[in-house]
Amino acid sequence: MTTTAIATAALELHDLDVVYRVRGNDRQVLRGVSFEIGSGESYGLVGESGCGKSTAALAIVRYLPRNGRVSSGAVSVAGTDALALRGGALREFHARKVSMVYQNPGSALNPSMRVGDQVAEAFTVLGIPKGEATDRAQAALARVQIADPGSVMNRYPHQLSGGMQQRAVIAMALAKDPALLILDEPTTGLDATVEAEVLDLVAQLQSELSTSVLFISHNLGVISKMCSRVGVLYAGRLVEEGPVETVLQDPRHPYTVGLLRCIPRGGVRKDHGRLDTIPGFLPSLGVELSGCVFAERCALADERCHTEEPPLFDIRNGHESRCWYHERARELPRVEAADLDLPAVDRSEPALVCLEGCTKVFRQRGHDVHALTDVNVSIWPGETLGLVGESGSGKTTLARTLLGIVPATSGGATLAGRELPPRYQKRSRADLRAIQIVFQNPDSALNRRHSVQRILLRSLKKLAGIRGKVAEQRMSELAQRVRLTERTLTQKPVQLSGGLKQRVAIARAFAGDPQLVVCDEPTSALDVSVQAAILNLLVELQAEKQVSYLFISHDLGVVRYISDRIAVLYLGRVQELGPADVVFNGPHHPYTEALLSAVPTIDGGGRDRIKLEGDIPSAASPPTGCVFHTRCPRFLGDICVEQEPPLVEVEDGHQMRCHIPIEELRVLQAMETARA
Amino acid sequence: MTDLAVPAPAPAPGSEARAARKERLALLLRSPSFILGSIVILFWVACAILGGRVTPYDPLFDQTPDLGVPPSSEYWFGTDRLGRDVFSRVIAGSRDILLVAPLATLLATVFGTALGLTTGYFRGIADDTVSRVIDAVLAIPLIVLAVTVVSALGNRSVWSVTIVIAAVFSPIIARTVRASVLGEAQLDYVEAARLRGERSPYVMFVEVLPNVMPPILVEATVRLGYAIFAVATLTFIGFGLQPPSADWAVQIADNYPFLSDQWWTVLFPAIAISSLVVAVNLVSDAIQQVLER
Amino acid sequence: MLGRDASEEAVAEYNRANGTDRPAVVQYLDWLGSAVQGDLGVSLATGIPVWDVVGPALGNSLKLALFAFLVFVPLGILGGILAGLRVGGPTDKGITVIGLSLAVIPEIVTGLVLILVFSIWLGWLPVTAQWEPGAGALTQIRHLALPALALVIVLFGYIARITRAGVVEALDADYTRTAFLKGLPRNTVIRKHVLRNALMPTIAVVATQTGYLVGGLVAIEFLFNYQGIGLMTLTAAEQKDFTLLTAGVVIVGLGFLVVTLIADILFAMINPRIRYGTAE
Repeated sequence: MTTTAIATAALELHDLDVVYRVRGNDRQVLRGVSFEIGSGESYGLVGESGCGKSTAALAIVRYLPRNGRVSSGAVSVAGTDALALRGGALREFHARKVSMVYQNPGSALNPSMRVGDQVAEAFTVLGIPKGEATDRAQAALARVQIADPGSVMNRYPHQLSGGMQQRAVIAMALAKDPALLILDEPTTGLDATVEAEVLDLVAQLQSELSTSVLFISHNLGVISKMCSRVGVLYAGRLVEEGPVETVLQDPRHPYTVGLLRCIPRGGVRKDHGRLDTIPGFLPSLGVELSGCVFAERCALADERCHTEEPPLFDIRNGHESRCWYHERARELPRVEAADLDLPAVDRSEPALVCLEGCTKVFRQRGHDVHALTDVNVSIWPGETLGLVGESGSGKTTLARTLLGIVPATSGGATLAGRELPPRYQKRSRADLRAIQIVFQNPDSALNRRHSVQRILLRSLKKLAGIRGKVAEQRMSELAQRVRLTERTLTQKPVQLSGGLKQRVAIARAFAGDPQLVVCDEPTSALDVSVQAAILNLLVELQAEKQVSYLFISHDLGVVRYISDRIAVLYLGRVQELGPADVVFNGPHHPYTEALLSAVPTIDGGGRDRIKLEGDIPSAASPPTGCVFHTRCPRFLGDICVEQEPPLVEVEDGHQMRCHIPIEELRVLQAMETARA
Repeated sequence: MTDLAVPAPAPAPGSEARAARKERLALLLRSPSFILGSIVILFWVACAILGGRVTPYDPLFDQTPDLGVPPSSEYWFGTDRLGRDVFSRVIAGSRDILLVAPLATLLATVFGTALGLTTGYFRGIADDTVSRVIDAVLAIPLIVLAVTVVSALGNRSVWSVTIVIAAVFSPIIARTVRASVLGEAQLDYVEAARLRGERSPYVMFVEVLPNVMPPILVEATVRLGYAIFAVATLTFIGFGLQPPSADWAVQIADNYPFLSDQWWTVLFPAIAISSLVVAVNLVSDAIQQVLER
Repeated sequence: MLGRDASEEAVAEYNRANGTDRPAVVQYLDWLGSAVQGDLGVSLATGIPVWDVVGPALGNSLKLALFAFLVFVPLGILGGILAGLRVGGPTDKGITVIGLSLAVIPEIVTGLVLILVFSIWLGWLPVTAQWEPGAGALTQIRHLALPALALVIVLFGYIARITRAGVVEALDADYTRTAFLKGLPRNTVIRKHVLRNALMPTIAVVATQTGYLVGGLVAIEFLFNYQGIGLMTLTAAEQKDFTLLTAGVVIVGLGFLVVTLIADILFAMINPRIRYGTAE
């Protein structure tokens, strides 16, 4: 490396060690991390939770928590030794050189200060007089494509949507034209459509301003879209680094290989076989590791890997891997793909569960909120119905109506032809056991004061009606089925990892041999490797027990993998319903089309994004006619404003709610694909 | 700090729950304020139990020929105007308050928890009504309320003081419990329990209650301090414990008019009360810090 | 009134005349009916109209409460901020431990010790709070100093504790990180970003503690023999003068409600979330 390269680097990390002091002991969080971001370059840092991504960012901006410190190494931002800065020099560094945007923009903005004043501060700190700073703040808001920046200036953060808040934070971060912009999971928690808008904005501003960016994310698709180079972090170690396409297409570290295989993508479906997983757990914080940090979980590891730390091997063109066997990393053995005997769904038989004319209106602060409007959906025995849509589309209300937590305003549900009482309190034990749920957040779903065994035995008693020895016998079987060890049974949830907790929750749902299990984003709180294992488990259980799933997820890859059919919800209405492949391959409803194009894929390429204008309208006053017309990229004209299109069967088993004839959609969307 | 929040633990050994409890206890025992507070409390509890059996003079009745003498080697804390040994009275004076205050706190905790749990769990009209009533009750300062109730009861026994303090503290505890229950009832495990057909009492007491125990415990220890405070104040203004009890506040009320001549008859019981409330407060603070880690 | 030896007939006659032979509930409702029309009735013990007793007592209490309030609120907030900004340090530990310990000692005890030290031993301040009629402002303040100080000592700890918690939370908040990373000087960050958000919970607490202050007045007024609403209520309770007692309780309750209302309004004024409602 030449000296000029170092001089112009926007960020240079050299052998960075960071430790946290926990109960009197130093626990190492980053282990000798080195990388460099060139001027104008966009660098991605990926890894699962707990690998040290955010710590790296905080070390760079010198904002580690009180118990954290850089124990050795160097950080240089645009030639400035960041670790040596004190007092005024550090403030100057923050004011002019480096900016950071992080997850959850709602908390990044001061709740009691007007947005305009907060953005203006970023200018006044540079010595710009107050009046001019206000003008420039407004211009900055305009630059991040906030409509009507003048009025946004005078608003408070809580009056803005999540996407708008994040734009305001970005405006603030770019005010100083920083040498380095750090984005730490900037779109996690935002809807796919909003995420896509924010990412487009960042990409556009970056090319305009040629800012250097450090982009931290757990989402490989986002990294692939946004970055030119990527570093993979595992247990505080940078294990692989290189150009994004090279690393994602030709990974040379078993961890990266495993990570990529965990993700359901490229149209893979459950009947194609199981997903790969990464067995084992991340080493606990502060554990002394003598060899390779990944050796414990690596199927390629041998004696040497456990004792000798591999150096960073240079493969080619700046592609480096910290693996002794980087040449055959891609030969990492796959998990045995045992044949799964998935149930054949016979839709000529009567359906298991039907929602008929289901409408739910909440009364909220004097407004009627139409959460669901005339939803008709059936689920057949042994099939998975995927449910997708942005937040506020009514996915969760639909599930809760089915479960009887929220009674429908009109219409209702039937189970095997019998009408279900609208409230769970009125349902028989047989009805309760027939429909169970797996929640999104296993921490909240399990009682943290009860042991696993107590949780399962109680469910067996209430749902299966068994107790004593019989129940214990069944519990052992159940635990085995979801791969919980005997030891786990005596533990409390707090002692278990997220994946194990979710297994307990699944076991609980299956205690009474349910016919339908509602899965409400069951993997979205989990890392991808754990997600893969949970998805595998759900599919295995389906193969074995012929159970049906109502699967809610915002992750379209996951939905596609597990679903037989998919329903797309928008403002409480089913917009499209059909077999998974048909919904994904098209022709799609314009809303589905927009949703699909919003998702950044690892494989890159694909079509241009179809932009959706603005946020989802309020369900308290839904638009007239077709509810989607205000944002529809294929808006026709008056007919869309005046008449709500009916949900009609456009093809065999494929229903859609759109004024545009299916053939026309087919042609339009084929053109789009061809152009890409 | 997502990095630290999810340390992805390796599966822990089965005894870890016990270990966690042990660690909490160890933390408590390492806290100087907890140790100090406990020692003082235990000292006064011992005094309450042993009472007149260990004091140099009889704490209740006139005993020495010396009336109103200042502290000396003979009478460490002096004697009062009736010739009673102040030191003996201070030692014996912890008994009534250590009976009334904990009992009142216990009653208030039990009743307040039941009330808070029910209103927080069921919400709805009952909750709104009860909450309004609680707000209204709390709008009247504790002492004023207690004075009113005691004078309405017309009876100033140990029991009526206990009941009054318990009655006044119950809504305060109920409010704390209700707030915790409201947060807890939002969690999915409550829904999961309902969806397997559990009845409300089971969900409330077996599922929710164990999870709101830490705040209830903290609240109870805090209330204990205030119960002592309240009993002392009520007694001082003549609506609490009555002579011939050797209670500290009774002593203070009794000797307060002679403060300028016989300060020792007031100062030592005052220090005794202070030491007890501060000790209870130190312990409660230490428990709170350990539970909320 | 009639004396202890009054005959049964005389008592019955008196009761009929005063309406005290009717059930308690009826009496109370009757009183309530007149009370809302501004007529609080006549003191049962003295025969003086209740308003004539309550008015001056209320004025005295307000004087004392306001005096204490003006001292302990700024002091408590200041202490809380100092502790919060140096969390974990000796300043923090000192303020929290001492503040909280003082807060739990009954005000009669602190009051007594204050009297002992400042009036009896040092002779600096008067023993009772009640001044001679027509005394000047300075004399009044000298009389009020000890009772007010006793209240301040009890209330300082709460305010300091809540403020400290608010400061610690705000310091850890993401928006504070945003402000620091903007390169703003520490003082600006503290003033504009930390304190403004940190003081919100304090305001809510000041309100409830002011209610408490009113309760504390009972014991303090009794101890210092100060003719305020607390002592009046207490005397009324002692003499079973129910009209006066009810008036005292209702006025104290109303006072608390008014204070809470003012706090709510203040809270809404500095909290934009309430002022502007939530996002559509």
